[in-house]
Amino acid sequence: MVAISRDEVAHLARLARLAVTEEELDTFAGQLDVILQSVARVGEVVAADIPPTSHSIPLTNVLRDDVVRPGLGQDAALSGAPDTDQGRFRVPRILEEEA
Amino acid sequence: MSTTVSPTYDDVVARYEPVLGLEVHVELGTNTKMFCGCPTGFGAVPNTQVCPVCLGLPGSLPVANRAAIEATIRIGLALNCSIATWCRFARKNYFYPDMPKNFQISQYDEPLCSEGWLDVEVDGELVRVGIERVHLEEDTGKSLHLGGATGRIHGARESLVDYNRAGIPLVEIVTKPVPGTGAKAPTVAKAYVAELRDVVRSLGVSDVRMEQGSLRCDVNTSLNLPGRPWGTRTETKNVNSLRSVERAVRSEMLRQSLVLDAGGRITQETRHFHEDTGETTSGRSKETATDYRYLPEPDLVPLAPDPAWVERLRVALPEAPRLRHQRIRAEWGLTELEMQAVVNAGAVELIEATVAAGATADGARKWWLGELSRRANESGVELGSLGVRPVQVAELQRLVDEGKINDKLARVVLDGVLAGEGSPAEIMVARGLEVVSDTGALAAAVDAAVAANPAVAEKIRDGKVAAAGVLVGAVMKATRGQADAKTVRDMILSRLSAG
Ligand SMILES: [Zn+2]
Repeated sequence: MVAISRDEVAHLARLARLAVTEEELDTFAGQLDVILQSVARVGEVVAADIPPTSHSIPLTNVLRDDVVRPGLGQDAALSGAPDTDQGRFRVPRILEEEA
Repeated sequence: MSTTVSPTYDDVVARYEPVLGLEVHVELGTNTKMFCGCPTGFGAVPNTQVCPVCLGLPGSLPVANRAAIEATIRIGLALNCSIATWCRFARKNYFYPDMPKNFQISQYDEPLCSEGWLDVEVDGELVRVGIERVHLEEDTGKSLHLGGATGRIHGARESLVDYNRAGIPLVEIVTKPVPGTGAKAPTVAKAYVAELRDVVRSLGVSDVRMEQGSLRCDVNTSLNLPGRPWGTRTETKNVNSLRSVERAVRSEMLRQSLVLDAGGRITQETRHFHEDTGETTSGRSKETATDYRYLPEPDLVPLAPDPAWVERLRVALPEAPRLRHQRIRAEWGLTELEMQAVVNAGAVELIEATVAAGATADGARKWWLGELSRRANESGVELGSLGVRPVQVAELQRLVDEGKINDKLARVVLDGVLAGEGSPAEIMVARGLEVVSDTGALAAAVDAAVAANPAVAEKIRDGKVAAAGVLVGAVMKATRGQADAKTVRDMILSRLSAG
């Protein structure tokens, strides 16, 4: 029983805008399947008295006051960008989607 | 193009039933962003209101803004929603450069507020619009597309992104489907957005300006045959004015009826509204685009609003705008049309404050909708930013009521108020504008006018009282307009009839 199908990997690749070849699909499907099956073993030890957990610390309402704090300047903000133009991050176009 | 004759709107609503749904996004007016301390001012130099958190840099951690949570709960309460006692933020994953993290922090199946309603008045009838949910998320950055024909991404080669807006708190308000509005569907949609805007504005949590994008609207529309299940809906984006909300629904109803009449089926898709043509065009199809793989946001702990806190917010809510307008309309004795003019001019609060400062409702309304609106229009500012305070308007009206100045002089006093010369009474004295009410001085001016115009005086003595205007004009000129014209006229007539 496989945890992830080749079609699902193709779907994820498309969502992630990754160009994946046919051979890569086979490879990744196999590799991801191993990873998912390993992680799935955690589920085998789950007992009925353990609720699904999204947060491991029992905290709620960690909030901050609405007070401005200095951020990065434009130069620092753009310093890590591969390309910039007019004070903005310059990125390749996104395929066939409307903004 | 199709050779089918386009049906008229009346024809469409006679045969089909529309179902509406509205998704409104409101950008909150907090000082800082949702999860970091970056400022939120509109129109700043690109990428100057950013930090490691809103740029999604490694190692940064978001912390939720208390003021944004509170504002969202207040919106939910004003919309009669239940407030969650426990809920989480969620990651909405997508690969698009308007969010630098490759996900947007939003809420998924645990919205902060849910199951409410808003009553909307349309043609004197109340329509109750159900509210499905009110949730909190972060706004995205702004992209500028290069190489495309219209700044749209279609045909663009590259995009330039400014993240100043990324991370600003954004409240999404989603209605339940609204069936049964028939031909009024476009009007109901518009009235709902207008009412929602008034509610949010009354809470003081956003400036809700559609033209600046702090209130944005997506409109879902479907058509079905009477007695049949609801049709497939389309979601129209880019609807950026109240008028456009109405036009978008109407145009989508007409378009869908054409497709259905031709035996076609409606595709569930996103469509874009074009202000210039008033029509919608197809955007991305929903079927492939909605796999956002939501997951609970691991970097933010859950929210558990304390019921006592929620209760404090509830009791402190302002009066609902619709009810407030009803009450004020009755108090001021206005017709519905007159009240609408006051609301449209943004003058409700100003007139209210002017009345509170001692003016009559009629007097206050006359100033704010007349002379002051005219001046605001001339200088292209909102009425409230004109620089005249309600208390000054009340004083101005009092000077007129007491007969110290006439309407014409009141406008001169207003010039002084706008020039920052002091209170209306001070300006009246400083500029020597007080109406000449000294009857001795007036009588002398009347005598002089009669003496200077013997022929006119003769006519009046003969009963041609219409001729008195010439003498009134002469007296007004002699007193530099500072006399009361009616008093002057009365004095002239009694002087000449006695003579
Ligand atoms: Zn930031």
